[in-house]
Amino acid sequence: MIAEAGHFALILGLVIAFVQGTFPLFGASRNNYGLMALATSSAHAQFFAVSLSFLCLMYSFLISDFSVVNVALNSHTLKPLIYKITGVWGSHEGSMLLWVTILALFGIAVAIFGNNLPDTLKARVLAIQGLIGSAFIGFILLTSNPFNRLDPAPAQGNGLNPILQDPGLAFHPPFLYLGYVGFSVAFAFAVAALIEGRVDPPWARWVRPWTLAAWCSLTIGIALGSWWAYYELGWGGWWFWDPVENASFIPWLLGTALLHSAIVVEKRDALQSWTIFLAILTFSSALLGTFLVRSGILTSVHAFATDPERGIFILLLFVLITGGSLFLYAMRGPVLKGGGLFSPISREGALVLNNLLLTTSAAVVLLGTLYPLLLDAVGGGKVSVGPPFFNATFVPLMVPVLLCCTIAGMMTWKRADLHGVLQRLRVVALTAVIVTLVVTWLQGTKEILPAMALGVAAWLIIGSTVQIAERIGLFKISLMGSLKRASGMPRAAWGMAIAHGALGIFVIGVTASSAWKIEMIQLMKPGEIILVDDYKITFLGTANIKGPNYSGIQGQFEVNVGGDVITMLKPEKRRYQAERSETTEAAILTTLKGDLYGVLGEESGTGAWSTRFYFNPLVSWIWAGALLMAIGGLISLTDRRLRVGAPKLASKPISHAAK
Amino acid sequence: MGPKSRRLSFILMIMMLLGISVALVLAALKDNIVYFYSPTELLMKEPPMGQRLRVGGLVKQGSYLLENDGITSRFVITDKKSEVTATHKGVLPDLFREGQGVVGEGHFNKNKIFEAEKVLAKHDENYMPPEVAEALRKNGVWKGSKKP
Repeated sequence: MIAEAGHFALILGLVIAFVQGTFPLFGASRNNYGLMALATSSAHAQFFAVSLSFLCLMYSFLISDFSVVNVALNSHTLKPLIYKITGVWGSHEGSMLLWVTILALFGIAVAIFGNNLPDTLKARVLAIQGLIGSAFIGFILLTSNPFNRLDPAPAQGNGLNPILQDPGLAFHPPFLYLGYVGFSVAFAFAVAALIEGRVDPPWARWVRPWTLAAWCSLTIGIALGSWWAYYELGWGGWWFWDPVENASFIPWLLGTALLHSAIVVEKRDALQSWTIFLAILTFSSALLGTFLVRSGILTSVHAFATDPERGIFILLLFVLITGGSLFLYAMRGPVLKGGGLFSPISREGALVLNNLLLTTSAAVVLLGTLYPLLLDAVGGGKVSVGPPFFNATFVPLMVPVLLCCTIAGMMTWKRADLHGVLQRLRVVALTAVIVTLVVTWLQGTKEILPAMALGVAAWLIIGSTVQIAERIGLFKISLMGSLKRASGMPRAAWGMAIAHGALGIFVIGVTASSAWKIEMIQLMKPGEIILVDDYKITFLGTANIKGPNYSGIQGQFEVNVGGDVITMLKPEKRRYQAERSETTEAAILTTLKGDLYGVLGEESGTGAWSTRFYFNPLVSWIWAGALLMAIGGLISLTDRRLRVGAPKLASKPISHAAK
Repeated sequence: MGPKSRRLSFILMIMMLLGISVALVLAALKDNIVYFYSPTELLMKEPPMGQRLRVGGLVKQGSYLLENDGITSRFVITDKKSEVTATHKGVLPDLFREGQGVVGEGHFNKNKIFEAEKVLAKHDENYMPPEVAEALRKNGVWKGSKKP
């Protein structure tokens, strides 16, 4: 009954979304206020219908209603409550329903907070969102209905893939989708502006916070995914340049570019046409990402159960939405007039460079991801493009981006004094060089690249610190005066400095964990001792364990540093009964200096176990950096200036992203 | 600087950037792509020793064994026509099973044994790597799966 209600609510949602997508568009072109007002009310109604449908599915999972196919395939009565809830989006059907629910959430958010928008713009933005919504709800109803019934209902469900039963992954999809779908707001604004033929700073004041909110969620989502891959897959790595990972990284790169170009539109009334183009590209890449993940046309370490038929449907939607908006862009783009002039050496100029480099690197990642498909399509054989390709192309493109970060933050708008800026950065540059030299001296000349990367990180971190210090006049005026200036400094400036500094922390984590990683694979008998970095590890033996829905074997390793036992590492091999599958649970000792990472392998038959230990230096700095970047974004989101244009608008996305 | 020369400098910057990235991509593609072979294809065109490549197929029933050092496993990858013996030093992925699809990445040593540095088996039991599915389909072994 509840499932039928959910199904019905979703059909209702489709009808409402279609109304939302058509009548207001018509009304806006005829200046019919009644039809335009329909956009707001239908956005409310659509959210109500779609989220009701989502809650119905969640309810079916909570009560383990196995007469619903989706529940029977992805749940089990023994599954812990939290994973019954997160199991809702553990399957393809459920995750697509989450996708449209979040879309409807953004729709209602625009409807509520957009009271100060011009009527026609608001109607058009909501209509575009309605069209996207009806396309995707239609997709769900036609190819992936989560409410299909199963008759007779099985007594027990299949359970959820055990490696998905994990807190890191449970919240990875919602954040990722908040990011992906959040870019639909920027997209809808871009398309609406094309229809209107007008982009002005208030438009950018709207687009920027939404893009920023989406970007923060996406950053957190990707970080969660990579953290999960790190501790759950048991390979000790955190990023594999895998197609599925790239699918989320490309929208992130483009979204980052969009974020920066929207600043130029807002502050300087320039780059309008480019910003619109980027908004279209960013959302399109999010759609492409959904397609790549859901169709399974690329071999991936993270492949999910997939179905080519659905992939083609999503590809069709992608072509329709991207093709349509690009066509509109080609028709209407030239109408948009560029505004403020600026010299190449200026903050605008630096942001243009940032945009060019970010979009180029996104294109390179896209090329590397799709190259196997392209080559196969022309009969060139089956290939895979792995980390070496991306390291050789992506990294060189990123170096100038990182170097520019610090310089751009100190430049003025319109025309900047590059010489003066560099002079102010003398100390920072000197520190970066010293860091490079010291690391080279400590590690030997073979490690020159990592040493230089650490120099770049110092450049970013100290550069951001100096930026803040200069603005608040630290040590130049009294301390009280500095504090007063600090509290008066725009939040956006704080956000920028924090996010750029966080990028430096991230670079340190990436560099150290890949350059100075220690990996040891060996056979150990109980009582045997190995040395990893400063840790003395003693294998005590194994024990049988039993969890709520699994049983398994736990290895017990005593970790000793300088004669003191500091902890026990207990890696596990679990066997989930319902799902009839095994997982490896790595045991990780996290310290600021690095992670000691242990995995239990197989028993060799002679009482010895194969074991694997890694020491990953500074690896947690990677996620700390990513998190801090998102925090920088959130701080920037609370900037008063962004609220003047749109009252209270910042509070909503934040409260969602923070949960 | 006038608007014309400014535009010119932007265009030059874009061209330079494109040039550099195209050069980077071409250089990287030349050295860093890894070809996929099925065991039958390997018989037909023998790749040079030491070249990095991927081999995929099914793990032959009864072929898995652990070598004396206790950490190197040895198994046979088959497409039901031809076979390749592979070794892997380390811990195999959880979903590695006899009779299931597998992709190994590594190189051939002088004894014509495929030394896989990476072994990919999937998160999902119903999933078959596309390359493996196609290689098997070519030999008429596997008919493609619809979801259960």
